Amino acid sequence: MTSRTATSTPASSPSTPTVPPTGSSAKTSSRLRRGRPELYTDYAADMAMFNTPAKRLWTGLLLVGLLILPFYLDRSWTSLFITVFIFAIGAIGLNLVSGYAGQVSLGHAFFIGLGAFTAAYFGGTDPNFLGLGLDMAIWLPMAGIVPAIVGWAVAPLASRVRGLYLAIVTLGLLFVGGHFFNEFTSLTGGPNLGRTAAPPVLFGVDFSSAGPLLGIEMTARQRIYFLTLVFVIVAAVLARNLTRSKVGRAFAAVRDRDIAAEVMGVPLARTKQSAFAISSFYAGICGGLISLTSGGRLDPINFAGAEGLFLSVTFLAMVLIGGPATISGSLMGAAFVVFLPRFVETVAHYVPAIGSSGLFSVQQLENILFGVFIVAFLILEPRGLFGLWLRVRNYWKAYPFSY
Amino acid sequence: MEALIESIMRGLGQGSVYAMLGLGFVIVYKGTEVVNFAQPALMILGAFLVSWFTFDAGVPFFAALPLAMLAAALLGAAIERIALRPMVGQPVFSAAMVTVGVFFALLTVATRLIGTDIRRTGDPWGLDVLLIGDVRLFQVDIAKLVIGVLAFLVVGAYFKYSRSGLAIRATASDQETALAQGVKVGRMFGLSWALAGALGALAGAFIGAGGVGFEPISALVALKALPAIILGGLDSIKGALIGGLVIGVIESLSRTYQPGIAPWLGANFDQVVPYLVMLIVLMIRPYGLFGTPEIERV
Repeated sequence: MTSRTATSTPASSPSTPTVPPTGSSAKTSSRLRRGRPELYTDYAADMAMFNTPAKRLWTGLLLVGLLILPFYLDRSWTSLFITVFIFAIGAIGLNLVSGYAGQVSLGHAFFIGLGAFTAAYFGGTDPNFLGLGLDMAIWLPMAGIVPAIVGWAVAPLASRVRGLYLAIVTLGLLFVGGHFFNEFTSLTGGPNLGRTAAPPVLFGVDFSSAGPLLGIEMTARQRIYFLTLVFVIVAAVLARNLTRSKVGRAFAAVRDRDIAAEVMGVPLARTKQSAFAISSFYAGICGGLISLTSGGRLDPINFAGAEGLFLSVTFLAMVLIGGPATISGSLMGAAFVVFLPRFVETVAHYVPAIGSSGLFSVQQLENILFGVFIVAFLILEPRGLFGLWLRVRNYWKAYPFSY
Repeated sequence: MEALIESIMRGLGQGSVYAMLGLGFVIVYKGTEVVNFAQPALMILGAFLVSWFTFDAGVPFFAALPLAMLAAALLGAAIERIALRPMVGQPVFSAAMVTVGVFFALLTVATRLIGTDIRRTGDPWGLDVLLIGDVRLFQVDIAKLVIGVLAFLVVGAYFKYSRSGLAIRATASDQETALAQGVKVGRMFGLSWALAGALGALAGAFIGAGGVGFEPISALVALKALPAIILGGLDSIKGALIGGLVIGVIESLSRTYQPGIAPWLGANFDQVVPYLVMLIVLMIRPYGLFGTPEIERV
């Protein structure tokens, strides 16, 4: 290891281990770090988004893979990936409030529904329902902003209570909000009927029809794939940056010990409020896009009552299975939750006990596995899939030693 | 006037079901500091067990009830041992999320067991009414109220006079001290869950009573016990009874009068009234009517 460092360091700078003066060129520090991925010469490098070369490499490869993937996948798999991307945005939002700021929310489905119908209001073109028929460049931001404002408004109520009381408050919000969705029929279409959602027309380009994108001829599904991929990347990068900032550290402080955080000068009420607002913004964006997974229709029943509760629990499952307080965990959790049904269906062909005549139907087995996975991850690996990955990484980092 | 009394009686009947469920929540919360989101699943499984014992096994209703309660108690204790015991010492948030996972899994099991039809519990009351003057009271509501209050008296006496009841109270008040005094704290956790399971089954037997029957989604009715215990105070047994009854009556009154007085609030508004009451209570008095105000110490 020392020899590698020596060879990679030019002879003209004999003082290899010394910390270069602040403001020195990034070139020196990158040369210094070759073979020593955990040597950081300044705080910015330590806190960088991709603080190791390996992270840069693998994220790049993942990105390239995701870019060429839709040209090799069939329709149903492309749709699954679209669902992953859209759910991942919501999961990141829930992770910000529950994983980072430690405020359990069972009301996430309400904010998703609010985003969905806000989008339908601003972008909807169906003359039977309320809708302004605006471009996606307007309705998508509005789908985030309106839930964020509502989240900001209800947060003082939520921040009066702590811990499990909060879970109950948000549960109440879910049911009251669901009633509102079901009854506001001129906007939502009413339960079991629904309405058409806002069409994904961004700057005049209709993404729901086939056509060229950046000079490449694509199907509608592929176009939506790339559209949602861009959104999820933007959402993830913004969230990652947020968690590395003062705000993110305030979230973590509130989660770990709220009184201690307050003593250190973190404004408790305002931090919780902003966590709620930001999380609701993400939920709203997820809601605005969610109609892309269901054939362009929205039904209020999916965000109200029992279905709403299941949707909230599904998002909690993504956070808990993926890894609380990690953005990459949210992405993994969303992928896990979306791919699990497909996996179960595939396995069901080979196991006679599963199926309409067997012990459990495919759908039921999925739901049971959902519950079991939540429990199993919380007990066995509270850091979620991200924790499993850490274990694998640390094993190979120290190889051949056990630690 | 008759409509008012009838409405209040229906509310008291439904409210006692909330109270029984609320008591289950409170016992688990006091004993283990976890809000037991699996309670609705325990209730619906209890309802299924009562139904199974009466219709499939041919046991009379009043024998099926204790059998189902016993089975649900064992299930509750098993859940605690398998899923909750490893979470001791972990943040309560994680433990509550474990119960959410258990809820999801058990509800699906209940869905599979119950099937697509509405099942009945085979209760002896059905739609029979008791006529007092012009007032028609459903017998099932009276039965719910009587058995509900009875359940509170039994549980209250158990906590007050029995040895293991005292041990549960000791555990609730201070786990380490209880441990030092020779109380088997883990077993008390299991016992709390068993009580919650039994109360869930008892409530479940009444959720489908009175000729309405139950289906898997009826489990969500149990969540209305949460507003009840928030109103009464999350850690108060007396509060669970009073909160449950009050929530039941408010819900019933709004079902009777809201369509006439305020139709603009929409159909089925009574379904969300308990949650609205809960949100208001949390704004004014977060620890409820009889709960202990939370004292923060650094």
